[in-house]
Amino acid sequence: MSEFLQFAISGITVGMIYGAVALGFTVIYNASHVVNFAQGEFVMLGAMFTVFGISYGLPYPVAAILAIGITCLVSIALYELAIRPARNAPVFALIIITIGASIFLRGVAQIAFGTSFFSLPAVLGTDSIDIAGAVLQRQSLVVIVTTVAMLGGLWLLMSKTLLGKGVVAASNDQMAARMSGINVRSIIRLSFVLSAAIGAIGGIVITPIALASHDMGTLLALKGFAAAMLGGMGNPVGAVVGGLLVGLSEAFSAGYLSSDYKDATAFIIILLVLFAFPNGLFGRETHERV
Amino acid sequence: MNKLKLFAAAAVTALSAASAAQAADPIRIGAVISKTGPAAFLGEPQDITLRHYVDKINADGGLLGRQIELIIYDDATNANNARTFSTRLVEEDKVVAMIGASTTGATLAIAPVFEDAEIPMVSLGAGLAIVEPVRPYVFKTPHTDQLVCNKTITHMKSQGYDEIALITGTGGIGKSMRKECTAAAEAAGIKIIADETFNPKDVDMSPQLTRIKGTEGVDAVFVGGFGQPLAVVTRNYAQLGLPFPQYHSHGSASKVYVDLSEGAAEGVLVTGPLLVVASHLDDSNPLKAAAVEYSDTYTELTGEVVSSFGGYAYDALLLITNAITTAGSDDPAAIRDAIEATQNLPGVTGMFNMSASDHLGIDQDSLFMVVVKDGNWVMVE
Repeated sequence: MSEFLQFAISGITVGMIYGAVALGFTVIYNASHVVNFAQGEFVMLGAMFTVFGISYGLPYPVAAILAIGITCLVSIALYELAIRPARNAPVFALIIITIGASIFLRGVAQIAFGTSFFSLPAVLGTDSIDIAGAVLQRQSLVVIVTTVAMLGGLWLLMSKTLLGKGVVAASNDQMAARMSGINVRSIIRLSFVLSAAIGAIGGIVITPIALASHDMGTLLALKGFAAAMLGGMGNPVGAVVGGLLVGLSEAFSAGYLSSDYKDATAFIIILLVLFAFPNGLFGRETHERV
Repeated sequence: MNKLKLFAAAAVTALSAASAAQAADPIRIGAVISKTGPAAFLGEPQDITLRHYVDKINADGGLLGRQIELIIYDDATNANNARTFSTRLVEEDKVVAMIGASTTGATLAIAPVFEDAEIPMVSLGAGLAIVEPVRPYVFKTPHTDQLVCNKTITHMKSQGYDEIALITGTGGIGKSMRKECTAAAEAAGIKIIADETFNPKDVDMSPQLTRIKGTEGVDAVFVGGFGQPLAVVTRNYAQLGLPFPQYHSHGSASKVYVDLSEGAAEGVLVTGPLLVVASHLDDSNPLKAAAVEYSDTYTELTGEVVSSFGGYAYDALLLITNAITTAGSDDPAAIRDAIEATQNLPGVTGMFNMSASDHLGIDQDSLFMVVVKDGNWVMVE
């Protein structure tokens, strides 16, 4: 029983980490239909700038806020310098650009930060909590609360504010949105800022568990992308639920089957779900009206 | 007549000038290093080490009264590039000996080039396949994973452990550790009763460790792999409170591992290479002086803590320069014979004793079992 609980706790922790990354994918996708493969690098930048801010003597919160800010600036630069000039290209080409940006950012990070690994102090201390024989890291609680809070904030923003309506409008039809007086350019720029902030915050809260390095983004982006697809690309709730499913299936297959096959098991589950729900669990079918 | 005299005089002058140039001709040593690309963590310290020590030898008067010319190519962690540069070193640069490549894969790709050209090469790759079977012109300096496993298993045996659990990475180093340590355990009569793996970028190893914890009869756990997951394993190990002794491979023999484990590494046993533990050795140990000198020099040069990888390059250069001095010649065949005859040469990886059947030349006595105490390494007897 305590084994089952331990696998579940581990799965939820890892799943929430994937969910936090997956959330970042949804925002840019919603505004522009671009899957931003540099999302993992936003996570890395948030973590690494915080690590280096602290190593230069800044207090933790200041370093974190600064890191989030810098990551947002990098994201704006990505949009203005790489995505926007190619705005008339098909979405497919824009996605390739984000892959290029991801490789570029990783390379620059390797030169700037080196190839070593870093950690951040856990916010609530490193003692773990005992639940019926299973242990939970305190930092896992921070990850869970942060991810859920970001999810809630995003939901409020998207469905309850005029700004959110603008994002939805821009995503549906840029031309119509422009004619209704919506500044599509600043909407999309805003979506890049939001995605970057979500990524950077995610990076900062997961580093005490997962550690940070210049190439941490690759795997996180892959798992986050899988989670977002599983939940239905563009749906924030789906992103987090998708992350949880990926994390739990990994933990249980590592626990009950074999750790050799845990990634394979997770991806087989994703494939099976996508066979049954081609748009993901929470994704809506898209209809084109003629 | 006068013209002829003039011509003869000119010819004599030219000839003597040529022979003077001959005497001052540098000894050309080549190197193919992975300075960039995924194996940059190997190649960068190697590049720094080679350049520094060749400059130092030249400043001290060179070898056989001649300067060394070091020709380094960066293969960008690509075996194809390594092969191209190797051909260039042989055909255009006409080197007399070669250092590299940084990885086992690239070494195996370029070995035939130097075998055909009959020019000795000293590889910096860890794989056993480089020197087994022995190729006449191919040598290497790094420990093999086999040596590390033998050392670890010998210690486990001495403690009376006969049932152990493995948890290893699925990357190249982890896979190799799993294979070699399974073989070493079998040979020593130790049973492996749990065999778990983790991905090189995994963020949580609790499920695997929970399985090990629930396995009946585990005496000790061996952790093999490279990089950040090792610290994650150690953290999760402490969180879950596994009661067994924890052994790590040389991948954990770094300050970074201890720091990242944040106290969870206390009591962890690591099979460490000479460079990591050099300053803890007795002054009477013949291996100490060179290792401490190299370690200090490297830190002075880069501001970073020394790595074993740079040390492999130090030893490769040492083997070659030592061979040129003892052979008194820069003829490739003579250098090869002298490298093979190397005896009791203290390098920074270990004591080199080459022979016709052993082109690695170091044994498990150059590895040291250390334990983490108060965030520092302490030697285990």
